[in-house]
Amino acid sequence: MINVLRNFFLTTGQISQFTARYWREVWFPPYEFQELLKQCFFIGNKSLALVGTTGFIMGIVLTLQTRPTLIEFGAQSWMPAMVGIAIVREIGPVITALICAGKVGSGIGAELASMKVTEQIDAMEVSGTNPFKFLVITRVTATMIMIPALVVMSDVISLLGSAMVENIKGGVSFTLYFSKVLEFLDFSDLIPSIIKSFFFGFAIGIIGCYKGYTSSRGTEGVGRTANEAVVIASLLVFILDFIAVLVTDIFYEL
Amino acid sequence: MNSEQVQLPAAVSIRNLYKAFGTNPVLRSFSLEVAAGENVAVMGKSGSGKSVLIKCIIGLETIDEGDLVVLGKSVPGLSPRELDLLRADVGFQFQGSALYDSMTVRENLEFPLRRHQEKMKGLRTDDLVQEALSSVGLLHAIDLLPSELSGGMKKRIALARTIIMRPKLILYDEPTSGLDPITGREISRLIVDIQKQYRAASIVITHDLACARITGNQLVILSEGRNYVQGTFDEVAGITDPVVHSFFT
Repeated sequence: MINVLRNFFLTTGQISQFTARYWREVWFPPYEFQELLKQCFFIGNKSLALVGTTGFIMGIVLTLQTRPTLIEFGAQSWMPAMVGIAIVREIGPVITALICAGKVGSGIGAELASMKVTEQIDAMEVSGTNPFKFLVITRVTATMIMIPALVVMSDVISLLGSAMVENIKGGVSFTLYFSKVLEFLDFSDLIPSIIKSFFFGFAIGIIGCYKGYTSSRGTEGVGRTANEAVVIASLLVFILDFIAVLVTDIFYEL
Repeated sequence: MNSEQVQLPAAVSIRNLYKAFGTNPVLRSFSLEVAAGENVAVMGKSGSGKSVLIKCIIGLETIDEGDLVVLGKSVPGLSPRELDLLRADVGFQFQGSALYDSMTVRENLEFPLRRHQEKMKGLRTDDLVQEALSSVGLLHAIDLLPSELSGGMKKRIALARTIIMRPKLILYDEPTSGLDPITGREISRLIVDIQKQYRAASIVITHDLACARITGNQLVILSEGRNYVQGTFDEVAGITDPVVHSFFT
């Protein structure tokens, strides 16, 4: 038990140091813009189909599941508001972040771990490149930029899925559905959601990079790294979401 | 003045180097001088500290004690910026080639050039890439990815990436490991050709006797963290000491 606690605090300390190094080095040149753009493209492009499909299904499922209850209470007209708020505030960011923790976080972890095993990180260092700047800063910044973008896309596709169900089952037009959604949604719903997605992106990027960059035990370590990156990043997404909801709640009450 | 009397400064000068990992000493009182333009082959058993030695020379590992001077600069006292500048003059070939998987051969070769633009000022990147690839006979592989190359081709491309910066010192970590004897000999001869072409000093870490014989003007046997024996290949091969003899049987 003592060992488990000791390892927990040790890892937490090391991740904090790694995070501090990111924030210390991100401001200073050389800036690897080309690599950053490449990573943004990879993270965004590779997750687009998966995030879009999941969002669409989530919108459909949420609408189908809640529809009978709302009909029972005669509150069918509240469907766009309820689905809109649920998706924008909570479901969109969390589901997207969890998918990205699995896909992007594990990918970054495995990629960096395999680069470490095959001495590519050392090769970068001897060729005069700061591997932390080239590999870590670009990837973490790219996840911070792309995950909020993916969340917005996922929100829109989820609402499309929901609107489709309402259109087929309730004869509600797409225009009416979206005008109702926009009527009930305001910036105080959207902004906290974007801000927390930004933190989700940071957590996914930093954990993937930390696990990959500090990987050991050769090729066996690559698989283990990918697995641990997903587990820790997913857990962090929930913890950050919990904190975000608490903080947002305080602002709503003001 | 007779040209033979000209004493060139040492490319590498190591005195009483001590390096340990935790409580496990790897290099103990290791000393070595490598003259400019000289090829030194270092042989030793697995885990004897051969790779650690060249990682200390390039600054990937820090030394615990001793003097380590590379191209006239004391490595332990260098700032990160100074170390980067020194690395522009030192080529390093990794055991597993360490080519960047996500980049083509061309991009792999361009990578160190982008980092040291000052040194290579006035030279066209394309020309340098083509010259380096021609030196290793793989110009046709310029747009391939590392995953499309054979083991021998990877070693050659890694060699091209090492020489593209026109280094004054080249460090080879097991350049023939994982290769068949024929390809291994080809790589060894390539190392000698490169030494002649670029007039660079080099340290070749190897456990391949043929590679040591072909590449080394001098052969060093590393044992128990020390420079156990040093001499020409034939001199060392003639020593009857059981430790030395075990490498030749």
